[in-house]
Formats: sequence, structure tokens, C-alpha cells
Amino acid sequence: MLVKNYIIKRLLLGLMVLFGVILITFFLTRVIPSNPAAQWVGPRATPEQIQQATVELGLDKPIYIQFIKYFKDLLSGNLGYSLRSKQPVINELKTYLPPTLELIFMSTILAVVIGIPLGVNAAKKKDKALDHFCRFFSVGAVSLPTFWVALFLQLIFYRWLDLLPLGGQLDTRIKMLYEIPDYTGFLFLDSLLSGNWVVIKDVFSHMILPAVTIALYPIGLVARMTRSALLEILSEDYIKAARSYGLKERLVLWRYALKNSLGTTVTVLALSIGYTLVNTFLVEAIFSWPGIGSYIATAVVALDYPAIMGVTLFSAFSYILLNLTADIIIALDPRVRV
Amino acid sequence: MIENRFLKTLKAKFKQFKQNVFLLKRNRLTKLAFYGVIALFLIAIIVPIALPSDIHVDQDTNPSEKLLSPSFEHPFGTDELGRDVFKRVLLGTRISLNTALIAVGIALLIGVPLGAIAGYFGGFLDEFIMRITDVFLGFPPLLLAIAIAAFLGPNLQNAMLAIAIAWWPWYTRIVRGQAVSIKERQFVKAANAIGTPSMKIVFKHVLPNCVAPLIVQASMDIGGVILTIASLSFLGLGAQSPTPEWGLMVSTSRNYFLNAWWYSIFPGLAIFFTVLVFNLLGDGLREILDPKTRKN
Repeated sequence: MLVKNYIIKRLLLGLMVLFGVILITFFLTRVIPSNPAAQWVGPRATPEQIQQATVELGLDKPIYIQFIKYFKDLLSGNLGYSLRSKQPVINELKTYLPPTLELIFMSTILAVVIGIPLGVNAAKKKDKALDHFCRFFSVGAVSLPTFWVALFLQLIFYRWLDLLPLGGQLDTRIKMLYEIPDYTGFLFLDSLLSGNWVVIKDVFSHMILPAVTIALYPIGLVARMTRSALLEILSEDYIKAARSYGLKERLVLWRYALKNSLGTTVTVLALSIGYTLVNTFLVEAIFSWPGIGSYIATAVVALDYPAIMGVTLFSAFSYILLNLTADIIIALDPRVRV
Repeated sequence: MIENRFLKTLKAKFKQFKQNVFLLKRNRLTKLAFYGVIALFLIAIIVPIALPSDIHVDQDTNPSEKLLSPSFEHPFGTDELGRDVFKRVLLGTRISLNTALIAVGIALLIGVPLGAIAGYFGGFLDEFIMRITDVFLGFPPLLLAIAIAAFLGPNLQNAMLAIAIAWWPWYTRIVRGQAVSIKERQFVKAANAIGTPSMKIVFKHVLPNCVAPLIVQASMDIGGVILTIASLSFLGLGAQSPTPEWGLMVSTSRNYFLNAWWYSIFPGLAIFFTVLVFNLLGDGLREILDPKTRKN
């Protein structure tokens, strides 16, 4: 019963935060600029276009009516038109989203596959070399400018070792030679489904560098949190009991202790996905990765305000949703219930 | 009598300070980070005096020396206009530290009074202020900073302001937590009983007792803020050319870096080193000021 109440409360808070985020973006786009209509249609717009935008955005109406209109537009998915392509921002988001999701998915897998074992082994050998490495790695990963890591990896693996491609999602030659079916819109999934090994290999090799770049931060975070959660659990009585039964240490650590630390890991993972999404803004353009990160990076340079706002709203909404999920996962853990 | 008491408190404070320095020195990594921060501040103060900046920022161009690899004369090589990358990286130290300190300062100015008021007065005011912080924390900080900086117009001042607006809720939360517990203490109740105005209690009794956790949080944040400024500049939303800002330098180097690795590597290393040093120091300070995590 208590859990249910908490979840309802948390959902209401989430809704309130969503509403607040919409209010902030409204202020940013419509209230703070000295001439919102002119900003919204760009510097090269004619006076007639500005006049038209004033009516379209409802800027000639009182402020609360403007807000109601803004809110309704958002609900119906009307995010305005990109200044550069003249296309609806919502459609562009839909085209640019799959590549970004693929990257985030890959980096999350890396965070689980590398971060958890690193954290477990650091906890097993507390204050030994690996533990120090783990600490240094996680502080280092938070301190690294991701855009610089991207350039550095390109220098090493493209320029100096010539092992991996510089950027893009697929080699032009392969794109011309083979037909890649479009089942899902996700290139990696489509290439897997096509079963063509040349294509799979090429798509994968294009993915490695950007995925590793944005995975550094979640790997460090997951390793660190897994370590500290495990250390706490390892001092508990049931672990002592398991050990005194004579169970193998590996079994105690990986089966009995790790299971109870997974709640922490999942929470951290959910939060770090939000950060990873924003990190793609800095990294994708370097790898010519056609996702929403590249989209907002070009929009920022061209001061394409509708596009910037579209990505901002999308990212904030996903972040809030991820936070909500993390909190509900914690609430479902029976040990946390009061 | 009064003087005596004053001396006594001073002595106690000094003893505590000595103990903190002792703890700081015992942790080798934190000690190194501490010296690193001091070195950075020295560079930030001395270099712009030794190298008058306008000469080296935009006038010191030399087309015949463009994109030279590192040598004895140019330890970090030269950039596409023939400027010395080493000098520009050194000059960038002041810009990064300055903007980060000002941004954190503004965030503290907004966040701290709000947190103290929320915690001390409680009730509706508390609820209202804390829900506003919830909304701001609904954005990843870099995302909010990008959106604000883009709409205010791309320059370094606006980037600072944008970061401050994205960061203040953290300080509000910390101060509120402290204020809630401090207001139950005897000395606050006593001040209240003799009729001290509420606002005076907040600023004279509650706030000064929140300083320690604030220092830790602020010093941990400086690293993140420097990284955010560099990221904004990299995207084109912060410092504008020809300012020798590290993020901007890495951004410009993108067109040349495949044949001039030094151009992007060194400014990036400067960002990494600075952020790392502040993060390690913040981590160490937390251990020192929070006895619960202190190692024996």
C-alpha cells in the first residue's frame, strides 16, 4: 500500500516537473528575447514573415493565452519549423533519433559489461592496485572533455593506426555495393537482420569509436557505485553466513552479494543515460554521426532556435522519465520500504 | 574577559585548521591536487601580467609559422595563424578559472539565500522554492546551459550566466538541509526569543553555519563548471574567437588536427588536468570535512 502511495506521489511530482520544464522553455523562447517572433524565424526573415510569425505564435495575445497555445502546440507535437531545412522539427527529430538511440544502447551495454566487473573486482581487492585504478578511472572519466577524447581516439585509431574509420555510419562504397534493407530504421539492427557479414562488420566498425567515447562516463560511474554498494553488502551477516558454510568466494561475490547491489547499479545506469544523451551533443558531430547530437550542434551554430528547443524539450522529457523509472525501481525494492 | 574568550575561539579554530591541513597532507593524492590548484592560480595570475594578452591573442599572428610541430621554440607547436599554442594555453588558464569562479559565485548568490529562507521558514515558502529547484534539476545541467546560452546569445558572459542558472538549485538543496537542522538549535531559539528579526537570524545565525558543506560542494563543482564552459565554447556558445579559451581552441583545431595533433591535444590536456585537479581536491575535502568517510 505504501509503495503504491509513493509511486503515485512520485508520478505527480514527475508531471509537475514536466509542466515546470515546459514553463521554463516558454519563458526562454517567448518572454526573454526582446523580439521573439524575429528570433523564431531567423535573421534573414522579411518583415512580413515576422508579422506572420507573431500571429502564428500568438504573440499579439495576452501572455497566459500565449502559454495555453504553446502548451497545446507541444501536446499536438507542433515544435515549429527548422530555420535551415524549413521542415517541421518533430519530423526531423524522428529521423535523427534512431542513430542516437543505437549509440546510447551500445554505450549502456559497455557500461554494464565493463563497469560491473570492474566494480566487483575493485570491491574484492579493496585498497589494492585494481581498486586504485578503479577510483582513478572513475574520477578521470568525469574530468575528461568528451569532445577531446573523440578527437584523440580518431587520431590514434584512424590517423596513426589506420584501424577504424574516421566517421559516418557506413562506408560509401559498401552503401553503393550492397542493398541495406530498411526494416526498423535502426541501421545496426537492419544490417544484422540482413545477415550480410560485410555490412555488419562495416557498421560495427563505424560504431566502436563514438560508442566508446560516450561510454567512458557511465563505465566510471557504474564501476564506482557497484564498488561502494558491494563493500556495504559484503560486511553484512548473510554474507558471513554464506562464507562460513564454506561456499566458494566467487559464488558469494557474484551470486549472493552482486544480486543485492544491482538495484544501485540500475539506478545509476538510468541516470547516466540522461547524461550520455547530452554528451552525444558534443561527440556526434565529430564522428559525422547522423543523430540528434549532430542535429543540435549544427542548429546551435546556425542559431536555429526551433530546432534547439525541440532537442532540448525531447532531452529534458527523456531525462525526467529516466529519473522517474530509477525512483520507481528503488521503491519496488522491499528493503527500502519503511 | 571578552578578549580572552576571543583568543580562545581563535585558538580552537587554528587547532582545527591545523588538523585539517594535517589530514590534507596525509592523503597523498589530495595533497598533489591541492598543489596543482595553487599552481593553476599562480599561472592564472602571473601569465597575463608577463604576457600582455592582446599581443598574444590576436596580434601575434605569423603566417610563415603556421601549424609548426612542437619544438624548443614552440613547446606546444603553433596554430593555423602561426600563434604559439603554449602561450595561448597558459593564457586560457585565467579565462577558465575566472569564468568558473564567477559562475559558481552567481549560483551561490541565487541558491544560498533561497535555501536558507526555505529551510528556516518552512511551510508553503519551503514547498514552493523546493519545487522550483525540482524543475531546474529536471534538466541535465549541460542541456539547460546550452538552451539558455543559445537564447541569450553566444558569448562568454551569457555562458557564465547560463551555467549559474543551471547550477543554483544544488546549493539551495544543501543550505536548506542545513537550515532545517540549525533552526532547532538553542542559539537560534535564543535569538528568536529575544526578538531578533527573522531575516537577521537567517543571515547572521543560520547562513554562517552552512559554510563548510558549501565550500566542499563548490570546490567539487568548479571542475564540472570548467568542463561545462569548455563544452559550451566547443559548441560555439561560449568564448568567441580570438579569445584563447581551451574549448574554443579544441573546436577550431578540428579542421587541422589530423595533420597537427598538437593543436587539439594540448588545450584538451589543459582542460583535463584542471578539471581532474579540482575534482580530486573536492573529493579529498569531502573526506576531510565529513568524519564519517574519513579513513583511519
